[in-house]
Amino acid sequence: MTAAGRRLDFWWALEAAAAWLLALLWLAPLLYAFWAAFHPPEYATRFVLGAPLTLANFFEAWSQAPFARYFLNTFLLVTSILAAQFVLCTLAGYAFARFAFPGRDLAFALVLVQLMIMPEVLIVENYRTMSRLGLVDTIAGIGLPYMASAFGIFLLRQTFKTIPEELEEAARVEGCSMLQILWKVYVPLARPTYVAYGLVSVSYHWNNFLWPLVITNSVETRPLTVGLAIFGAPESGVDWSVITAGTLLAVAPLLLAFLLFQRQFVQSFMYAGIK
Amino acid sequence: MRASRRLNQVYGWLLLTPAAILLLSFTHYPTVATLWQSFFSTGTALRPSRFVGLDNYRFMLEDEIFWKVVGNNLLFAAGTIPVSIALALLMAVWVNGRLPGRALVRMAYFTPTILPMIAVANIWLFFYTPEIGLLDQILRSFDLPTRNWLGDPDIVLWCIIVLAVWKEAGFFMIFYLAALQALPPELEEAARLEGASRAYYFRRVVFPLLMPTTLFVLVNAVINSFKLVDQLFILTKGGPDNASALLLYYIYEVAFSFFDDSYAATLTVVLLAALALISLGQFLFLDRRIHYR
Repeated sequence: MTAAGRRLDFWWALEAAAAWLLALLWLAPLLYAFWAAFHPPEYATRFVLGAPLTLANFFEAWSQAPFARYFLNTFLLVTSILAAQFVLCTLAGYAFARFAFPGRDLAFALVLVQLMIMPEVLIVENYRTMSRLGLVDTIAGIGLPYMASAFGIFLLRQTFKTIPEELEEAARVEGCSMLQILWKVYVPLARPTYVAYGLVSVSYHWNNFLWPLVITNSVETRPLTVGLAIFGAPESGVDWSVITAGTLLAVAPLLLAFLLFQRQFVQSFMYAGIK
Repeated sequence: MRASRRLNQVYGWLLLTPAAILLLSFTHYPTVATLWQSFFSTGTALRPSRFVGLDNYRFMLEDEIFWKVVGNNLLFAAGTIPVSIALALLMAVWVNGRLPGRALVRMAYFTPTILPMIAVANIWLFFYTPEIGLLDQILRSFDLPTRNWLGDPDIVLWCIIVLAVWKEAGFFMIFYLAALQALPPELEEAARLEGASRAYYFRRVVFPLLMPTTLFVLVNAVINSFKLVDQLFILTKGGPDNASALLLYYIYEVAFSFFDDSYAATLTVVLLAALALISLGQFLFLDRRIHYR
């Protein structure tokens, strides 16, 4: 091997080591959470090889906070938002992609405003609206501001625009109505967009905190993130190991899904970002 | 034919209506209402809300906490944006290269993105806890003085910045990765044939081609620097002495702890103005200078 080649190899090995070190650093918080959650509390801050393993922290966490209810709330929240987003964004995206109506460009610009001014920024005024509608402390109240998503409308409009109009003509000749065309031609062809948008939306709303915190005030409506924040507050007097166990419980479904469908997740975030 | 065009127009609006109603109710109306509310006093049981002109803004300009929070937010943005973007680019280059076990490395970089901020703040709290926390344990093992990370007004914001960089870099990496994979492989071959070094190739070829991605990531990062406040609820509650409070967190406090809706609306107007300025800047400057499809 030449000297230059050996020098190149050395730099390459160094770079690989740096990349791995950074990866380890990036995983460290999660690795620590696993350590603390699966060991008895006295080992929470002592890292000894061969410390006994236990599941007691998980049982403790599960019994100290209504996690089952929180899971149900988050599940209801995420699915209802996703279902509404799919319907609303499909209809609006189709309108923008294939219909010429007066004021279309202005309407589209007004939709895009939401990309910049997200519901999080408008918590004060939206809270007033919700209390006028009597929707404070309901799951619908958490979800409503997010259901018409500018991001979803934009993504689906872009996708629908790439579908050849001849397909629509053909379906019309076959006697399909407008909604049938949408359902039988456009929606199936836009499947990858739905998958990508769905994954991004689910992870966003599974993790969302500020607005749910503002609008909920009871166990019956609180999603996992808000429940976890109350559970982990120092005032609650719960010890480290139990808090980390609760934290892992809360992130487990999403983390598991991510580990299983890693490629799909990464590609979805990529796809949604490039559009 | 004309009838069908008319019909098409009606259909277009009908399809749009459900989404439009929700957008108008929860984005456009509250934006305007916030501005309106900022010219009124907060009503109480005894004194109803009344028009006060610019009084709320005058109060804001004299509010020390407001200036503190704005300063914090600017520092937070200046601390997180360049570092997370640079790290994201580095990560993308590494993961895109011929690294052993790169799927695992990519997963490690990306994992923080899908974890809720609340959950990771719970974990990071342990790192920053004085005495028994991980950072202090490491310092002590080297016989260095320990500190009260989140209790020291001089360093608390930096602790928040480090957490935000950790949370965001992997997310931005994805976009660089997509852009790198879209580069034609002939480019690198040509550069190698010409005898260009890797650094030269990156600086003169790859980096300019990644400019649209950098712009996209930059805009996202700037918006996020006004939006990322969840961690404060767990780690610091904005303290000590507002040393780590960010604008959106302060708005939350004013509205839902001090119940001063009008002042919260006034602060929201500042946040909305900042966001409007960002989009205006993006529209006027960057979009023109960077060729993007």
